[in-house]
Amino acid sequence: MSASLTMEKPWQRWLIRFGVFVAMVILVVPGAWVVLTAFRPNIEILARPAVWIPHQLTLRNFQGIFGLLTTQPGLPVVQYFINSLVISVTSTVVALAIGMMGGYAFARYRFRGKGALFLGFMLSRTVPGVALSLPLFIVWARIGLIDTELGLIIVYLAINVPFTIWLTDGFFRQIPVDLSEAAQIDGCTRWQAFWRVEFPLARAGLASAAIFAFLTSWNEFALASQLSRTTASKTLPVGLLDFTAQFNVDWAGMSALAVLIIIPALVLTFVVQKQLIAGLTFGGVKG
Amino acid sequence: MANVSLKKVVKRYGREEVVHGIDLEVAHNEFVVLVGPSGCGKSTTLRMVAGLEDISDGLIEIGGRVVNALPPRSRNISMVFQSYALYPHMTVRENLGFGLKIAKQSDSEIKKRVDEAADILGLEPYMERLPQHLSGGQRQRVAMGRAIVRNPDVFLFDEPLSNLDAKLRGQMRVEIKKLHQRVKTTVIYVTHDQVEAMTLADRIVIMRDGYVEQVGTPSDVFDRPANVFVAGFIGSPPMNLLDAVVASAGGRPVGRLIDGVDVPLPGDVAVREGQEIVIGFRPESFAPRGYSLHGAENSLAMTRPVLIAEPLGTETILFAELGGREVQGKMLNPRVVKAGETLEFTLDLARLHVFDKASGKSLRG
Repeated sequence: MSASLTMEKPWQRWLIRFGVFVAMVILVVPGAWVVLTAFRPNIEILARPAVWIPHQLTLRNFQGIFGLLTTQPGLPVVQYFINSLVISVTSTVVALAIGMMGGYAFARYRFRGKGALFLGFMLSRTVPGVALSLPLFIVWARIGLIDTELGLIIVYLAINVPFTIWLTDGFFRQIPVDLSEAAQIDGCTRWQAFWRVEFPLARAGLASAAIFAFLTSWNEFALASQLSRTTASKTLPVGLLDFTAQFNVDWAGMSALAVLIIIPALVLTFVVQKQLIAGLTFGGVKG
Repeated sequence: MANVSLKKVVKRYGREEVVHGIDLEVAHNEFVVLVGPSGCGKSTTLRMVAGLEDISDGLIEIGGRVVNALPPRSRNISMVFQSYALYPHMTVRENLGFGLKIAKQSDSEIKKRVDEAADILGLEPYMERLPQHLSGGQRQRVAMGRAIVRNPDVFLFDEPLSNLDAKLRGQMRVEIKKLHQRVKTTVIYVTHDQVEAMTLADRIVIMRDGYVEQVGTPSDVFDRPANVFVAGFIGSPPMNLLDAVVASAGGRPVGRLIDGVDVPLPGDVAVREGQEIVIGFRPESFAPRGYSLHGAENSLAMTRPVLIAEPLGTETILFAELGGREVQGKMLNPRVVKAGETLEFTLDLARLHVFDKASGKSLRG
């Protein structure tokens, strides 16, 4: 098997490289196009036939967003950013706290209805969020959660908690029960055993759960666009809609804001990635 | 003083009872081995002593104190796990010192005691390594070091050697014995390996299906097995066990084997004619004339072809047919024996074991 891989012929190698190239083009080009569009004037963006290689690059689109140009009023991006941050961070932290405890319980304890409950959580993920937008809207309107940060936080929690439970359950399962038992014999309470032994070992899992939960909340558009109205709760993705007017769409401005939305997500992913790669250092238990 | 005392200890999982009212007294500084086939309840019993399993019924006392309701941390015990259960994210030093750190000992005290344990177990070169960078034997030592560093009342070992290869297992067995001689503590040790049990134990507890079959010193259980199960479990190669019926020959009771051979029964055996019995003898008691461990007086002679010969250097295991079955004999100071060769065997009648077939219990007084 490995012999045939190392002994592959040059044309095979080039075929593989070409395949990888095509896949990467499909993945990267739309994102790259957005970034490119963000730095180009509207004229060039809308030109027909399309201008593939930019003739001039500009920061005007960004200046426009922040209201630094006299020709157009700025957008409340800072407020959107704060809303997005508050909603995403809160829902991530809470989802992680609940999900971690839930995942631990599923991994370690036996209780009545465990299988059904777990299945229920998973099935809740099969429902497309948008399908719930109308009932959600009605209920939220009744109890006054429309256009509030709390309203969106609750929605994102409902999405993130089952997923976090599922992910952390898997990670806790990989940690042998012996370790917690050894810690308890070494003098720990169950709680101490969790924090000092199991939690550090599950950190990689918790980090990936955190990234997923954060990105889900940070990027979510469909529900947020229904449930938010004003700067009181509008998030950055919903803010993109500000660039659509009745007759035209400011593609340049929209792309510029999209770039701004991507940056924090990228930064976070890079920061947490270290935790992911550090990975589980097993070996204390004979595998 | 840390004696351990189990009184009518029962373990149930739901409705299923897996340990049926075990009584056991482990004296201060005694090394007791629980041994039995897998599923006999030995590990469950150990885990109840540790506090890792609830006790469904009965009492467990450590040092005269009932510990039924105490969590593991309050029992002043330490345990070596089959998997070693070293903390993968801590160095050897941190692993050893973890219990002391939890107990809020001072750094200098932790260092002193960890270094002491490391010295006893020869762990100094590995102190800053993570468990994943240690060999199996080294991990095993760290696990033992973690147990002794806290200076517990009772050591619990749960099949600590079963993940090691045969050679290392032998070495570590000796080290555990040395360790016990050096660090005098009460030990309860669980294994399925009867050799470990025989070599390590002050007293052996043989368990099967949640019951204690026999408790005794290694020589007790070897020389005077209480029943057929213990007889077959202890000893390697195992005891030969043959079905027989009590008959009378020349006014003396004999056990008549299936192939018609009459084996004279010892005088202290209480049997009645027609009773179905099991006759047991160890391979050491069955040898070609002149190659036996014991003298040939009071023995039954028979001529048998050798079916298989297994030379082991200082001894040779011979297989021959008796009572309709293959039996094993042990030939000491052996000469070369080929399969098919016919030899005169002697069966040492003084070392015969006789069991009631129905109850399995020993009939020797």
